[in-house]
Amino acid sequence: MATETHGDGLADATGVAEHAAGSAPGMPQLDFSHWGNQIFWLLIALVAIYLILSRIALPRIASVLSERQGTITNDLAAAEELKLKAEEAEAAYNQALADARTEAQKIIADTKAEIQADLDAATAKADAEIAARAAESEKAIAEIRDNALQSVTEVAKDTAAEIVSALGQSADAKTIADAVSARMKG
Amino acid sequence: MATETHGAEEGGLVFHPMDQFIVKPLMGGDKIAFYTPTNAALWMALAVLCVVLLLVLGTRGRAIIPSRVQSIAELAYGFIYKMVEDVAGKDAMGFFPYVMTLFMFIVFANFLGLIPMSFTATAHFAVTVMLALLVFVTVTVVGFVKNGAKFLELFWVKSAPLALRPILAVIELISYFVRPVSHSIRLAGNVMAGHAVIKVFAGFAAVSLISPVSILAITAMYGLEVLVAFIQAYVFTILTCVYLKDALHPSH
Repeated sequence: MATETHGDGLADATGVAEHAAGSAPGMPQLDFSHWGNQIFWLLIALVAIYLILSRIALPRIASVLSERQGTITNDLAAAEELKLKAEEAEAAYNQALADARTEAQKIIADTKAEIQADLDAATAKADAEIAARAAESEKAIAEIRDNALQSVTEVAKDTAAEIVSALGQSADAKTIADAVSARMKG
Repeated sequence: MATETHGAEEGGLVFHPMDQFIVKPLMGGDKIAFYTPTNAALWMALAVLCVVLLLVLGTRGRAIIPSRVQSIAELAYGFIYKMVEDVAGKDAMGFFPYVMTLFMFIVFANFLGLIPMSFTATAHFAVTVMLALLVFVTVTVVGFVKNGAKFLELFWVKSAPLALRPILAVIELISYFVRPVSHSIRLAGNVMAGHAVIKVFAGFAAVSLISPVSILAITAMYGLEVLVAFIQAYVFTILTCVYLKDALHPSH
């Protein structure tokens, strides 16, 4: 403040003269003796700002902004692509899962059929064996029965001949045999 | 100026609300030629420096994810770009650096003027009249170059009844030539008035009884001035865009 007043005091001598020349008192803005100076420096400042802006600042900011826009667009596109890929992968996974399931079902069915076939074969074999054994046994039984019958006939003939001789009668063997056979049939 | 000052000093309270606007040579002496480096030149140069700091050094990184300063620079760029595009139209984009220059200079000159003891370049009619005349001349030249004689349709309101048109033409013509006056006085007047009012309140602060009120008032005025500093720069710029639109599309 002090320096300002001092400066004011210095300017008094010239200031009074200038006021006399017609500028309104109290408003430095209307002191036209400074206008040339201010306009000169203003034009220099404006030209400087204009050159700096149009040559350096504005193209740089524009490029940064467009670059950012490009980056955002690219990133969005990449994200979209990745999303599609993920969907594809999911579909492939599901497909593989379904395939594996059907494969498993098929294997189960195959194995079942195989086991069934083995079982059937084994059953058939066992049946055949059983049948063969049964036939063999039957044959043995028949043989034993025949043998027994034979023995009974012989024993009967012998017994009959003995009985006849014991009664004091004699008879030839043939008659006795016929008679025994006839009785045994009846 | 001198007599007033002495009168006030004698009364006890010291009011020099306009002293802050005095243009002084930086190197001493009292002669001011057009090339003398003055405080006005210094603060205009500081405005240029701030523009460089913000828009050139701030964007030095060219980062995809911007730093804080770069964000502000991009914000300023987008703000003016959108204003020119919306108000003046797409074909006015060639004037974008010009409009951006005006805005950046005014906004930084205004804000630098809010620093205590600083000098406010935009509070001077020499500066604002020159800025407004630059816009006026640009608009007029562009209007005639782009549209030829059709630019005069700006003054011939086709949507009005025929009988009214000559009267409207006179009014439009007057308003056209008043544009640079209002354009310049609005900016300098607002800035100067606010600064002067702050100085007046500061003068009252010398009386201890009033000083708390005075300091509160200065604070409130300062807040208002911060608003005014931006709004006046915005108004000046958007009016420039409106005038450019008139120059490019003169028919109503």
